[in-house]
Amino acid sequence: MTATTEATGGPVVAQQTAGGMPAHHIAIFAGLLVLLIAAPFFFYPIFIMKILCFALFACAFNLLLGYGGLLSFGHAAYFGMASYVCAHAAKVWGLTPELAIICGTLVAGVLGFLIGSLAIRRQGIYFAMITLAFAQMVYFFSLQAEFTGGEDGIQAVPRGHLFGLIDLRSQESLYFLVLAIAFAGILLIYRIIHSPFGQVLKAIRENEPRAISLGYRVNRYKLAVFVLSATLAGLAGATKAIVFQLASLTDVYWTMSGEVVLMTLLGGMGTVFGPIVGAAVIVTMQNYLATFGAWVTIIQGLIFVVSVMLFREGIVGVISKWTRKPL
Amino acid sequence: MFELLGIPPQALFGQLLLGLINGSFYAILSLGLAVIFGLLNIINFTHGAQYMLGAFVTWMLLNYLGVNYWWSLLIAPVAVGITGVILERLFIRRLYHLDHLYGLLLTFGLALITTGIFKQIFGVSGLPYQAPPLLSGGHNLGFMYLPNSRAWVIIASAVVCLATWFVIEKTKLGAYLRAATENPTLVGAFGVNVPLMITLTYGFGVALAGFAGVLAAPIYAINPVMGENLIIVVFAVVVIGGMGSILGSIVTGFGLGLIEGLTRVFYPEGSAVVIFVIMALVLLVKPAGLFGRTA
Repeated sequence: MTATTEATGGPVVAQQTAGGMPAHHIAIFAGLLVLLIAAPFFFYPIFIMKILCFALFACAFNLLLGYGGLLSFGHAAYFGMASYVCAHAAKVWGLTPELAIICGTLVAGVLGFLIGSLAIRRQGIYFAMITLAFAQMVYFFSLQAEFTGGEDGIQAVPRGHLFGLIDLRSQESLYFLVLAIAFAGILLIYRIIHSPFGQVLKAIRENEPRAISLGYRVNRYKLAVFVLSATLAGLAGATKAIVFQLASLTDVYWTMSGEVVLMTLLGGMGTVFGPIVGAAVIVTMQNYLATFGAWVTIIQGLIFVVSVMLFREGIVGVISKWTRKPL
Repeated sequence: MFELLGIPPQALFGQLLLGLINGSFYAILSLGLAVIFGLLNIINFTHGAQYMLGAFVTWMLLNYLGVNYWWSLLIAPVAVGITGVILERLFIRRLYHLDHLYGLLLTFGLALITTGIFKQIFGVSGLPYQAPPLLSGGHNLGFMYLPNSRAWVIIASAVVCLATWFVIEKTKLGAYLRAATENPTLVGAFGVNVPLMITLTYGFGVALAGFAGVLAAPIYAINPVMGENLIIVVFAVVVIGGMGSILGSIVTGFGLGLIEGLTRVFYPEGSAVVIFVIMALVLLVKPAGLFGRTA
C-alpha cells in the first residue's frame, strides 16, 4: 500500500537487531515511564489516566492501520463494548476490577473476531465502510439493550479492590494500575510489531499479492491482527470504565472511532510513539475546548484536513525523518 | 379490509410507505456515492453533510429570500454542487495520486467541519419547514391514506434516479464518463478534458446529495446532524449493492428501504439494525455485493 509506505517515511529503515530493542527506543520508553511516574504530582491524575487510556486505544488502532494497512472506522465498537461489559461486571456481578477489565477485554476480542472475519472479505475503502456499519450496529444494540442502561449508560461503577486487596478509591493506587496496564499494553504492541508475525504483516501491507504468492495465508494474518487490535482497544475501554466509573453511549458512537483515527493520523501512523503523542494532543485539546461546544468538532475536522493535505507523516513521523531514526 | 398475519393493513401499508421513502433517500444518496466512486475512486464521507446542506439551503432560501420550495428544488442542488466543485478543486484533487484512504479521511474531516459550523450557528434542535400548499393534504386510497408530500418524495427521487441512469448508460456524455472510469489516460488521449470531467462528476454527485436534502426538508426536521447517521446506513447499502452498477444502487436503495419498513411492522426492535444484518449476510454469501464486480 503506497500511502503507508510514505507515512512510515520511506528512507528510514529499521536498525533492528535480532531480538533486541534499539537503544533510542529503550531511552524513550524509560523517559516516558519516568515522566509518567512524576506526572500525577504536577497534573490532575484523572486527566493523565484519560491520556493513558486513549494512548493505548490509539496504539491498538495503529497496530491495525499502521502495520496491517487496514483502516477500521469502527474501533469505538470494541472500546465501548468492553467499557460496558467491564462496568456491568464490576457493578452488577460485583467482580474485582482486574476480573471486570479482563471480562471487557475478552468480549471485545470475541466481537473483533466476529466483525473482523466478515470485514476482511473486502479491502480498502469497503473495509472502512463495513467496519463503520458494524460499529453502528453495535451502537444501536447498546442503545436498546437492557444492561447498557440506554441513554443513561452505566453510572457509579465501583472501583473496588484490586485482587480484593488494594483499594482503588485511592487516587495513587488507581493511577499506578492504569499506568501499568497502558504501559504493558503498549509494550506488547511493540513486541507484536517487531515479531516475525509483525514482519509478515508489513509484507502484506506493502504488497498483498506477493505475500500470497510467497505462501502466506494473508486472511489469517489479517484476522489475527484485527482481533489483537480489537482486544487491546477493549483493554483501553475497560480500563477507562474503571477510571471514570462510567460507561456511556459516547464510547461506542462513531465519533469515538473518528477520534482514534485522528489521534493516530496526527501522531503518525506506522510509528511506535506517534499514537501516544496524538492521543495526548487530542485529549488535551478536548480538555481545554470542552466549554466551546461544537468548536471541538470543527477543530478536529480542521486537524483532519491539515493532516491529510500537508502532514501525512504525523508529528512523530516528521521527527523520525529529521533524526533519521525509526520512532 | 382483511388482516395480514394479524397486522392491520393500514399499519402495514403505512410502514411500507415510510420504508419506500427511506428507500428513496438511500437510492439517491448511494447513487451519488457510486457516481463519485466510479470516477474519483474515493468514498465521499461528506455526502451526509452535503445532504444536510441541501436541506439548510432550502430552509434559508425560503426564510431569508422568500424563494419557494419548487425553485429550491433547482437552486439548492446547484448551490450544493458548486460547493462540491470548490472542495474538489481545493482539496480532493491533490489526493488522487495517494492511497484512496486519504480521500476518505479528508472528506471525513470536511464533514466534521461542515456539521460543526452548522451546529454552532443553528444548534441541534430541528428547524421546521412549511411544505408548499400543493404538497399538503393527501389522498385516501381506500386501503391507506397517502399524504401528497410523501408521494412526491418517492416520485421525485425515482425520476431523478432514472434520469441519472439514462444519462450515464444511454447518452454520449455518459459513454465518456464510463470510458473515463475504465481508463482515464486513454480517454484523455482522445481529447476529452478528464480533470474537468472529474470535477463536474464530483459536483454532480454532491448535487444529488443536495437534492435529497431538499426532498427531506418538508418531511423531516432540518438539523445539522440529520445526515450523520443516515450516511452510515447508506454506506451499508453501498456495500450490499456493490458500486459497480448504477441501476444496482437504485434497486438496492429502494429494496432495502422496503425491507426496513417491513421489519418495523413485524419486528420493530430490529428495524434499526436490519440493514446491517443484511450486510453481514451479503458479505458471507457474495462479498463483492449483489451487483458488484469482483475487484
